[in-house]
Amino acid sequence: MQVRSFVPWVACALFALLALSPALVRAQDTSTDQPAATTSGDTSSDTSKDTSNDAAPAPAPIDKADTAWMLTSSALVLLMTPGLAFFYGGLVRRKNVLSVLMQCFMCMCLMTLLWVVVGFSLAFGADTAGGLVGDPMTYFMLKGVEFDKAWPGLTISGQLFMVFQCMFAVITPALILGAFAERFRFGPFCVFMAAWLLLVYCPVAHWVWGGAGGFFGLGGDGALDFAGGTVVHINAGIAAFVAALLLGKRQGFPSKISPPHNLPFAVLGAGLLWFGWFGFNAGSAGAATDQAVRAFVVTHVATAAAGFAWSMIEWFHNGKPTCLGMITGAVAGLVAITPASGFVDPGGAICIGIGASVLSFIAVAFFKPKFGYDDSLDVFGVHGISGIWGAIATGIWAIKGYGVDKAGGLLEGNSVQVMLQLKAVAFTLVWSGVLSFVLLKIVDATMGLRAAEHDERVGMDLTDHAEHAYTMVD
Amino acid sequence: MKYIIAIIQPDRLNEVLDELEKREVHLATVTQCMGRGRQKGQAEVYRGHKEVGSLLRKVKVEVAVNDDYVQPTVDAITAAARTEHIGDGKIFVLDLQDCIRIRTGETGNVAIG
Repeated sequence: MQVRSFVPWVACALFALLALSPALVRAQDTSTDQPAATTSGDTSSDTSKDTSNDAAPAPAPIDKADTAWMLTSSALVLLMTPGLAFFYGGLVRRKNVLSVLMQCFMCMCLMTLLWVVVGFSLAFGADTAGGLVGDPMTYFMLKGVEFDKAWPGLTISGQLFMVFQCMFAVITPALILGAFAERFRFGPFCVFMAAWLLLVYCPVAHWVWGGAGGFFGLGGDGALDFAGGTVVHINAGIAAFVAALLLGKRQGFPSKISPPHNLPFAVLGAGLLWFGWFGFNAGSAGAATDQAVRAFVVTHVATAAAGFAWSMIEWFHNGKPTCLGMITGAVAGLVAITPASGFVDPGGAICIGIGASVLSFIAVAFFKPKFGYDDSLDVFGVHGISGIWGAIATGIWAIKGYGVDKAGGLLEGNSVQVMLQLKAVAFTLVWSGVLSFVLLKIVDATMGLRAAEHDERVGMDLTDHAEHAYTMVD
Repeated sequence: MKYIIAIIQPDRLNEVLDELEKREVHLATVTQCMGRGRQKGQAEVYRGHKEVGSLLRKVKVEVAVNDDYVQPTVDAITAAARTEHIGDGKIFVLDLQDCIRIRTGETGNVAIG
């Protein structure tokens, strides 16, 4: 009883801290750095005037077409999180649908706040600790992230780059929650997700996208990850696996768990994910270029191949292709093509899509039942397994000249690339697996992760949020 | 007065209501429900896991009638709901102690029709 009443206070303290920190920083900012603060104030109020006056240093010019595409992409990637909410929400039992939707939406709120305060700087700030993570002070409270100056290496502004990356930071933690759906209390959820973003996601994002040299560098001789297969999917997939193991099975798993309560929701969510993923992958070109078009095309092709392949597998294996199977295959294909999307051609995309469905099908239909862990919505089986497959497949099907300057993948005779991909996978697995384990243990020891037996039986909607998703009578 | 409860296949509902109408039984209460018989449920597959469902979707029709109408009602339901497959359902006939029309306060046989 005492532990339960203590939970909202912890959450309140966290939110209060978040709410206060911008004000504190603003105060600090204006007192120490008066001229800089006023300039940035001017530019945000009237950009066009300022660019004409202040063209003296002029780094790279901001391209309007690139800006339009990246604004669109950012919105598309944001839409993936509500899409994911419905994908997951349809798959749980009706007594837990709100808790899943709420956890996804809370990621949109909480991760955005953390990203603005310090997350972006941890991921894209100057190298610290030997490139392990970005300096939290470089862009603390987005100081120095400009509206009117191009981000280094791109033709879009720093703020636009920041908000595009923000959407990735929103969806990655949200992916994990499918593994522990229906039994993770909301208070500890918020604390764990906040800590996970800052300590697990931001460093990995820094290695892959943010570092000058990076922790395992993404230059000509580094691992290839176009849109975040390691950062997003392997990272979330292995954290999900660890969380599912630590939290234990739901009551009655596996034989007494009711089937998904609303499959049309799940189909709707998968459709939104497919749609939003164009921003995720094609937007990762950072500009409206031929590489963006290539990423768009192969994303679509691989997803189609994977959805089709899963249906065929089920048709042969179970006699009937299921709707849930097809959308699961499509999501597996989206995951797998993510790291490869800028680097492969449609032929490679088909192979990657089919491979994703075969491997993820084996993982969820054979591996999970055999080992008996309760990854409620198959986050590890779909995102983890297909993410790893995608990372390796990038090293196989990458084509020289498609954003890969020195050499292509294995099929072009560059066997080293597969080893580099495996190294990147291993780094991410170990980092995310170990740190997620430690974080969950700490939150468990201080707050307790798991819902009380009674609460789990009644359903998290009522016990965590005092709501019902569906009324029985008018 | 009798209270008749019929558990039928969901897709037979319209036929049952039509048949009742033909025999001048106008009042019925219909509920969606789940149930099982000796044949158990149909297996469903979710991401490769076969789940043998223990309950099947059914529709419950409840009708209160005066004694003269018991046989026509049973006949109507039987005729319309029968597909001659397992799972066609059951009809239960119960004694009805009283019936009160809320609007007028009438009781007994007059209140039923």
